[in-house]
Amino acid sequence: MTLLPELGHFALIMALPVVVLQAALPWLAGRNPQSVLLPFAFWAASAQTFLILFAYLCLSYAFASDDFSVRYVAEHSNTRLPLPYKLAAVWGAHEGSLLLWVLVLAFWTQALVVFSRPYALALKAQTVAVLGFISVGFLLFIVFLSNPFERLLPSPDEGRDLNPLLQDPGLVMHPPILYMGYVGLSVAFALAVVALINKRLDPQWARWLRPWTLSAWSFLTLGIALGSWWAYHELGWGGWWFWDPVENASFMPWLVATALIHSLAVSERRDTFKSWTVLLAILAFSLSLLGTFLVRSGVLVSVHAFASDPERGLYILIFLFVVSGGALVLYALRAADIQSKGVFAPFSRETFLLINNVLLLVSAAVILVATLYPLFMDALNLGKISVGPPYFNQVFVPLALPLVLLAGIGPLLSWRRADMSQLGPIVTRFIAPVLLLAALVPFAMGRWSAPVFVAVAMAFWTILVMLYLFIKEFRKEKKVIVSLGFFSMLIAHIGLGVFAIGAALTSVYSAEKELMVRHGERLSLSGYEFELLRNEEGVGSNYRAFRGVIRVYDDDGKVLAELYPERRTYLAQPDNPMTEAAIDKNVFRDLYVALGDPHSDGVRQRLRLYYRPFIRWVWAGALIMTLAGFLAAYAHRKKQHA
Amino acid sequence: MASSFRQPRVTQRQRQRMVFVVTVVVGLAAATALVLYSLGQNLLYFYSPTQVLNGQAPADRDFRVGGMVVEGSVLHDEANPLTVYFSLTDYRSQISLAYTGLLPDLFAEGQGTVASGKLRADGVFVARQVLAKHDETYMPAEVVEALEQGAAEPIGVRMSPQ
Repeated sequence: MTLLPELGHFALIMALPVVVLQAALPWLAGRNPQSVLLPFAFWAASAQTFLILFAYLCLSYAFASDDFSVRYVAEHSNTRLPLPYKLAAVWGAHEGSLLLWVLVLAFWTQALVVFSRPYALALKAQTVAVLGFISVGFLLFIVFLSNPFERLLPSPDEGRDLNPLLQDPGLVMHPPILYMGYVGLSVAFALAVVALINKRLDPQWARWLRPWTLSAWSFLTLGIALGSWWAYHELGWGGWWFWDPVENASFMPWLVATALIHSLAVSERRDTFKSWTVLLAILAFSLSLLGTFLVRSGVLVSVHAFASDPERGLYILIFLFVVSGGALVLYALRAADIQSKGVFAPFSRETFLLINNVLLLVSAAVILVATLYPLFMDALNLGKISVGPPYFNQVFVPLALPLVLLAGIGPLLSWRRADMSQLGPIVTRFIAPVLLLAALVPFAMGRWSAPVFVAVAMAFWTILVMLYLFIKEFRKEKKVIVSLGFFSMLIAHIGLGVFAIGAALTSVYSAEKELMVRHGERLSLSGYEFELLRNEEGVGSNYRAFRGVIRVYDDDGKVLAELYPERRTYLAQPDNPMTEAAIDKNVFRDLYVALGDPHSDGVRQRLRLYYRPFIRWVWAGALIMTLAGFLAAYAHRKKQHA
Repeated sequence: MASSFRQPRVTQRQRQRMVFVVTVVVGLAAATALVLYSLGQNLLYFYSPTQVLNGQAPADRDFRVGGMVVEGSVLHDEANPLTVYFSLTDYRSQISLAYTGLLPDLFAEGQGTVASGKLRADGVFVARQVLAKHDETYMPAEVVEALEQGAAEPIGVRMSPQ
């Protein structure tokens, strides 16, 4: 037992006055760029980062050294947990994940201090101050309501262990990256608030905001994709998206952030949409906070809601009202003063970006309604309800699908005023091959489906147009760096197309079977044959495994793969065997096998088989979008300094 | 074509606003219609075993029921080994369920569970989906409440938690 947990707690308490300075000093300095208070505010931001990082490392050390006198460690770790999972367990539950939240916020603040060379030092300091204000709210919460360093005395000899579901490489990466996205939107929020306060909303402001928003968006995209991948191979349900309230909580800020990066493009290029852009920046971060509230207060009936504590929920809710409400009031007061200069015709790139924004925002709204509706019903004692996944598929898909096509039209049109001569020749050139190819896809998959045809046609169109524009731009401008921002947009839209193809095909052509099998019995599913050869026992570092050996054949009887799905019994939690699916994957399909419990006769075995065509394309699309986002962030930062 | 450029700026801006307003209104109207229609079809209400036995649950549409899995109640069908029968209790009433498929990890006797499906004429709840809790400390909030209500209303013989 060391004193490090106390030191960590002390560091968090020390961070409070420091961050109050960070939040207050820039306002005292006013608009004087020479004020000595400004460097002092930046210094406070760095000190805050150092203190929170120190606290975070103290907690990590408590996990690594099995210090079960710390309650949080005792409840979420175990001596037999492998070290990487011990370190990941820091953010495996409520207290630690909030500590990670403020740490990430401190990192973003630090990044703003170091990397941003804005047009006015005073504005940069005020942005840091707004971030400091958010940090104060979370630090107060951690220190007084959610202290991860609380002692548990007398301390137990052994910890309760990390939830086995969370013992997975997907979990190690998913929360920190998701938080980088969530919290990164705070920078856009802070810049919007500062712009409103100072009434400075010019293209330069948009140029300044763009790289930050793009990087946060990229992290968010990657974080959501990782979460989807984790749920797919860990939960054993064979799906990549469940419309779970917690998934929705991360998806809503993503949709609004996507609208924001498009709106920002207009604000920067055309000096219009500005008021709208500011509103989106406020909304995106508000939805991040709402997501934190929904996930962390336990109000949601969700597979993810680990902790349930009304006091904490109330605090986050009040904080949400203060931050978002305050920003929205400020917006209401100043919005009338915002002047948009650029005008555009009804048929122009601006209009298409406007439609894009409306669709994205309405999609986010319909998800929000369905996520909050059950909470209101419950609060008003009108019954306990939940909204089934079919709702989201019926409502979200028709709203979001047109976006795939819009992504392939908007970039063809010119700003201000477009005319049909820009679109006509390309339509006549590409429409026939696109429709033909798209019509072939359902036949190749073995069954006609109109929705697949429509979705795939839109995706093919967009991908083809992006490639065409890529070549055209490359011929015109040999120096790639000049057009890097444009290229990254093309790549992101290709990513959207890849995603749409994957989502459409895997939704429609997936197949699955649940059955009871004997050793040596052959089962067929979508043209593949599965044979359970035998069962084995295995041992992992902190679990015992009951394993099935399954051979997979194609329809010619050739062996494709041998799969080893497991049921793991973790030593710390012997009553809860966990399913570990085995997957044979390639570009075109996944064959996914999960083991159920053996029949009591000892001969038969329950088995779950899934055929998931093109499911990798879903994550591949998200990865392409992520890379494009980072590339765009880099490109727009370059441009800022050019 | 060129004439519209020569028009006063106000007209341009007004037209711009028109485009904006019309797009938003059309989008919102379509979305609202979709939302109302689809929400009406996809709402799942939650009932405790006691409420189901009192006939409060609908007979003709899906709903969800939750409680603790009664110890010793889990039985596998002999003819169809993928079908499993079990009972849920709120410590006041019990309801029988039938489910065909693989039970989720963490499903166990004496643990909290929520199932969604339909009530059959003979009073057995036929589950389409069974969800178990995901954490040692986590129990579906609805189950906790159903149990508390079960415990709050005194009845002659309370079922033992075992």
